[in-house]
Amino acid sequence: MTPSRLAFAAILGKDLRAELRTLQSLPAMALFAVTTFVIFRFGLDRTSLSGSLAAGVLWATLLFAAILGINRLFVAEREEGGFDAIRLAPIDRTALFAAKASALLVYLIVLELIVVPVFAVFFLDSATALAPLALVLLLADIGFAATGTLISSMAVNSRARDLLTPLVLLPLVVPLMIAATGATEPLLALGGPGYHRFDTWLAVLGLYDLIFLLVGYAVFDFLVED
Amino acid sequence: MYGKGLRSLSIATVAALAVSLSLVFFYAPLDADQGFVQKIFYLHVPLAIVALIGFVVGGVFAILHLRSGDSRWDAYSYVSIHMSVIFGVAVLITGSIWAKASWGHWWVWDEPTLVSFLIVFLMYATYYPFRYAIEDRERQARYASVFAITAGAFVPLNFMAVRMAESLVHPRTFATANGGLPGEMMFTFLVSFAAIGLLWVTLVKFELTAKSASGQLKRLRRALDAPGPGSTSRVAPEVS
Repeated sequence: MTPSRLAFAAILGKDLRAELRTLQSLPAMALFAVTTFVIFRFGLDRTSLSGSLAAGVLWATLLFAAILGINRLFVAEREEGGFDAIRLAPIDRTALFAAKASALLVYLIVLELIVVPVFAVFFLDSATALAPLALVLLLADIGFAATGTLISSMAVNSRARDLLTPLVLLPLVVPLMIAATGATEPLLALGGPGYHRFDTWLAVLGLYDLIFLLVGYAVFDFLVED
Repeated sequence: MYGKGLRSLSIATVAALAVSLSLVFFYAPLDADQGFVQKIFYLHVPLAIVALIGFVVGGVFAILHLRSGDSRWDAYSYVSIHMSVIFGVAVLITGSIWAKASWGHWWVWDEPTLVSFLIVFLMYATYYPFRYAIEDRERQARYASVFAITAGAFVPLNFMAVRMAESLVHPRTFATANGGLPGEMMFTFLVSFAAIGLLWVTLVKFELTAKSASGQLKRLRRALDAPGPGSTSRVAPEVS
């Protein structure tokens, strides 16, 4: 293995192990999401959801739950001197970006494995849409991971880090949300999943992922400097 | 140093704005469908295009800043984005007025260009709290450049996504199959576009000059407070 790959594996392993032992982010994200479903049940006064309403509730909840995790992504690095260690180590800094984005991706996938079935039990009539939905979720998660890692690494070094992440991230993920809800809406429609413009939206999600992975790869070096 | 040519540039801008306004009111024909209200088009559309170009220019300056490490480019990038955000406010207001006059509502959600522009504007509005939450000067400049590049990549994606999500009501002035604008309107539009573009450049130059002057003043004050060797007289504009 090349040094960067070793560093990538080491950082990712460290993050996942730390999360497994401290359980700082994931339980909070899952709990937040489930509680938000309950609030939507009363806020919308609906016991079952379909179509655009279901897509909106699901994605708004996932987005805000993801932000909880994104906020905490680099806190340990900053407080325990992880940034300094990376700067001292003779490795490519993008290894940190790749490892953090992958860790966030794992968090989001685990979160959705817990929360989306709960959503289905709470609000959906049938679970047939969950298989194609998984593809949409995965593509959107990659986009979240790329932009979230980028913004979080900057926000954590600022005075107002808890405030900045949602502030900057929300407008940045609007296109991602448009595409994700656009693909989800027909999937969750009444009377079985539909695939209206499904592949178009998947292409938009893929393009978003690609662009922000490239941007993150290109600029991350400048964020770890000094 | 930044003040050089400012006077002639200002005069040219005022002249161009005067010419474009007189063309708008006395030369361009009345729109058959919308009448007099359509004249806001000559203000709204150039403002929007110039603001978007300004955002892109800010991103290009940010790339130059990251590549060279010269803080001058960061100041250029900051001022470009700053001016485009101000132009953005004007775009949203003029767009809203036009929407009220021609569609009957101040805000129309199924109108992709207006919505895209709002999202882009919201994105760039977070540039200020983001920038000023970072204390270290040098890191602030670097992070702001990263923001400018990220947001620059976001703009076209956002326009694409919103356009795909909405139906098309907005007049796509330049894309219609047979002709689009008649010649006189097109000419007036181009003159207005040039005038607004000049206005943007002039304001950016003014802002840079002001920043450079206040930075210089700060350094002079510091030199007065603590006299000693090593005080330099660089006049790079400072963002603060």
